[in-house]
Amino acid sequence: MSNETARGRLAELENTLETIATASPSGLAELRNEILGRKAGKLTHLLRSLGELPPEERREIGAAANILKGRIEAAIEKRTAECESADSAVGQSEDLAMPARTLWRGNRHPVTVVVDEICEIFKELGFTRVVGPEVETDEYNFTKLNIPLDHPAADMHDTFYLSPGVLLRTHTSPMQAHTMEKYQPPIRIVVPGQVYRRDPFDPSHSPVFEQIEGLAVDEGITFVDFKAGIDYFVKAFFSKDTKVRFRPSFFPFTEPSAEIDVGCPLCKGSGCSTCKHTGFMEIMGAGMVHPTVFDRCGVDSEKYTGYAYGMGPHRITMIRHGIPDIRLLYENDMRFLGQFVE
Amino acid sequence: MNISVKWISQMLGQSLDARDTAHRLAMLGAPADSIDPVGADLDDIIVAEVELVERHPDADRLSLCKVNTGTEVLDVVCGAPNVTAGCRYPYAPVGSVLPGNFKIKRRKIRGVESLGMLCSASELGLGADSDGILELEPSCEVGSRFTDAVGLADAILDLDITPDRPDLLCHKGVARELGAVLEAPFKLLPIPGAVASTTTPVRSEMEGSVGGVTVTLEDSEGCPRYMAAAIEGIKVGPSPEWLQQRLSAIGARPINNVVDATNYILFELNQPMHAFDLDKLGGQVRIRKANQGEKIVTLDDQERDLNEGMTMICDAENAVAVAGVMGGANSEISNETTSVLLECAYFDPRTTRATRNALKMSTDASYRFERGIDIDAMSDALRRAVSLIIAVAGGRELSKPVDVYPRPRQPVTIFLRPERIEKLLGVSFPLDEVSRMLTRLGFVVAPKDGRLAAQVPGWRPDVTIEVDLIEEIARLHGYDEFPTQMIPFRPSSVPNDPIEGLKAKLRSVFTAAGLHEARSLSLGPSGGENAQPVLHPLSSEEAFLRTAILPGLVRSVEHNWAVRERDVRLFEVGAVFEKTDGMPRETLSFAAVVTGRSNPEHWSNGGKGGDYDLWDLKALLQNAVEVVGGRLDQDGNDWVVLNKDGEKIGRAGIQNADAPAWAAPVFGFEVEVTLKRSGHVAYSAVPRNPPLERDLALILPDGVSVSQVEEEIRKSTGSLLESVVIFDEYRADDLAGRSVAWRIVLRSPKKTLRDKDADQAVQRTVNSLRDRLGVELR
Ligand SMILES: [Zn+2]
Repeated sequence: MSNETARGRLAELENTLETIATASPSGLAELRNEILGRKAGKLTHLLRSLGELPPEERREIGAAANILKGRIEAAIEKRTAECESADSAVGQSEDLAMPARTLWRGNRHPVTVVVDEICEIFKELGFTRVVGPEVETDEYNFTKLNIPLDHPAADMHDTFYLSPGVLLRTHTSPMQAHTMEKYQPPIRIVVPGQVYRRDPFDPSHSPVFEQIEGLAVDEGITFVDFKAGIDYFVKAFFSKDTKVRFRPSFFPFTEPSAEIDVGCPLCKGSGCSTCKHTGFMEIMGAGMVHPTVFDRCGVDSEKYTGYAYGMGPHRITMIRHGIPDIRLLYENDMRFLGQFVE
Repeated sequence: MNISVKWISQMLGQSLDARDTAHRLAMLGAPADSIDPVGADLDDIIVAEVELVERHPDADRLSLCKVNTGTEVLDVVCGAPNVTAGCRYPYAPVGSVLPGNFKIKRRKIRGVESLGMLCSASELGLGADSDGILELEPSCEVGSRFTDAVGLADAILDLDITPDRPDLLCHKGVARELGAVLEAPFKLLPIPGAVASTTTPVRSEMEGSVGGVTVTLEDSEGCPRYMAAAIEGIKVGPSPEWLQQRLSAIGARPINNVVDATNYILFELNQPMHAFDLDKLGGQVRIRKANQGEKIVTLDDQERDLNEGMTMICDAENAVAVAGVMGGANSEISNETTSVLLECAYFDPRTTRATRNALKMSTDASYRFERGIDIDAMSDALRRAVSLIIAVAGGRELSKPVDVYPRPRQPVTIFLRPERIEKLLGVSFPLDEVSRMLTRLGFVVAPKDGRLAAQVPGWRPDVTIEVDLIEEIARLHGYDEFPTQMIPFRPSSVPNDPIEGLKAKLRSVFTAAGLHEARSLSLGPSGGENAQPVLHPLSSEEAFLRTAILPGLVRSVEHNWAVRERDVRLFEVGAVFEKTDGMPRETLSFAAVVTGRSNPEHWSNGGKGGDYDLWDLKALLQNAVEVVGGRLDQDGNDWVVLNKDGEKIGRAGIQNADAPAWAAPVFGFEVEVTLKRSGHVAYSAVPRNPPLERDLALILPDGVSVSQVEEEIRKSTGSLLESVVIFDEYRADDLAGRSVAWRIVLRSPKKTLRDKDADQAVQRTVNSLRDRLGVELR
């Protein structure tokens, strides 16, 4: 054995200190045998071979080897103790009621959850999910939907204009027109999106809120089919035994038009302050597509029929969770948002 | 619109229950916002008879009464001078509550126990007392509820009338609608003391005359029909009790007999009327367009600027009323008025709407004219108004009324195909049934060539095409009566919009990272010179569309700080806007902010969790960029995101915020969201051979970035390189630059690497780092 070889082996053995520090109990036994084993231990072997070196080298390397032997033995001892205490920590004295180490959890906004759920249900009825721009023209927001600007019907939409003829959409219904112009029936779409009304912020109004619009156009769609579609949605979204009520109403883009009430999900119809003691809650406006809308969007109103509906996920979210003030949904308070764990 | 259930009941000749009526009307399309019972606060008061009256032993002015309440006879002390044995009075039993929250208790009055109270009119909130307690007619049944016995009970429905149904804005219309369902005819209530007017209006085309006033119609577009009657010898004063009560019940304040009469006609027949002081008109009424710059002082004492689009009622010289909106102060009736000209007109809906928009005022009259009144019912309305005024204010008609009506309305006839009903509604209706239904609603129906010809009544301006008739059938049949049955559907020809999938992906990645989804108003203060302003904003705080999401999220962080929440983690996806020469540019954007602890505290580290730092921000940013595409670059102390054309589409860094001393820094980013085209990932072989690791501690001179070094490592190490990761950075004064340590993992797909192979590869790398970048091993 040469001088260099001996030094190289020492350096190599020194590296094993790191391995020992993280070794498992069985790994420790192996390492002990490999290094300090009486027959084949590398360090044992090195110490035995010292005699092959010149005397002055022998003393120096011998000293270094013995120091290393001490360090390795100490390291093995220390690691053995660690492993034993880890064993006992799991097995004996821990109070398992102590809290876990957790990660932050985030969730979707409660309005998004409602929007997604609604879209998913209509997906089961073959509706695809599409979106459109928030900046619109009054042609698409009003005219194509049979809402004359010089008629009181337009008062139902207090509009933010950006410039003459350009506005922030007051409903997601302009996508009815865009879609009918671009695609041939069968059309079945559900359109979520943000809409705008010139309503000052108060507990039940916001100038910006979410709306979901739906449109089905094909041959053979009737009022009976329309009722079935809406009924399917209400029962899937609220519960199987929810009462659904269709009331005549007026929207310029549907005829016949209907307002849809559901049995109050809070009091189950017995009357409470949220449903103004009627047992019912208004959740959407809907109806059969007005032939004038078909005509203005290039669909043959003699051949095709269809239905459309629109609803407000903010309101539905407030009903669902008993949220008293719409502004809470815009404050982004961590203590509020954190309540809607998914 | 307030509707009195009692009034409607009387018109239909049957007693209607308020709730039931409200329900029926709701199912016809006119839901009630509220049902307000009248006299409900007097529900506890019953009719009682005083059987015996004796003097109170200790008080001259008090009487001891034996009161029969129908079930028992009680002792009641009464202080009224008019209490008389054998008479009936309203009685408030012990435990009842009178208006003003006055609770009736059992009590002793001068040593004598009194059980309940006999009430006066004022105690019941029914007006002034005449002489003590309220004596009731002997026909009032003892023990019955007082409000029922005197017919006071009523309920007011506040109906929510849709803009297409002006006919439901009056009691006649509501009674007619209910009558169609109940199949009951309605009739108007008799006017006490009225003599039916028998005068027939005299029709003319352009000009007519009434009571010495010449009526000239110059603007037949703004006013297709103008009628007027003249009455002389009236005496302006308070209305009789019945009229005042009927108006008060529906929330209209009585003013004087003439005004009350016109208001009554408004709420009964939906015909707005206006009474001019006839003597102030100078013998002439002209209906003409306003002149530009003309002004009028209206009844509310406001001076109004008129424009050429408005229709005015004028006398010989001046405007005396804004047609269909409001009268002028100059021709207003006063207590001295003895003759009136009573206007009954049809003003064009669009003109009225434009006028009241320009004047920024809406009145009961303009509200009805802009929705369209019944032009065919005007003669009857005028005749009834004349009878009513004469009944309540005296006087007589000066002459036959004038009726300037150049082009009488031609009845509208709509054809209805029976097969179309089934095609739309999904249920077939026999033709004779359809015919009966439409007839009940007032249409004049006749079969013609297999179709039905339906003539539309004047009060239904909303019915103009076939589908409108089909809606009437559905409505009268009852929406809830239709079955609920789905037909098979074909798949939509419209594909799902992939951007919605991308948004969902972002939401799922960022909620998993512990952030909550935020929603902020997209209206706010100006976000720079590119911000798109909104015309007529609600406030300067909401005057612009947002140009970015991030500032709103920083405001939300400040909100959370204000409530002492230090740890805030929010993201939002939504539209942002920019002003351009044409339509504003609208793009989808994604932003996130984090501040405070990067993990919840845990006892194992003594509650000392670390705060979010730049490298957490970089991780979040990379998460987003992985979804939306792009690459990072450095710009000062911020990262920017570049798209494939090198355009900046995002930025990340420390955000300025109005922070309290205890707050942690706010890290945030925003990036534009566009669809990136992505195919499916192609499989690459999973290596089976073991890897070798080598650590390189390198000294980087100033100006050399880790990305340069990493690029060089990749190039020079060659195909054996599997991964390269920085695991340490060390800066110290004695170093010329900084020390960065990389762990390099080498692996060959073909063979098990030996140390020699690794050492050679690393040596190559070290050499080339030194030669090309001046980077030395530490
Ligand atoms: Zn309820």
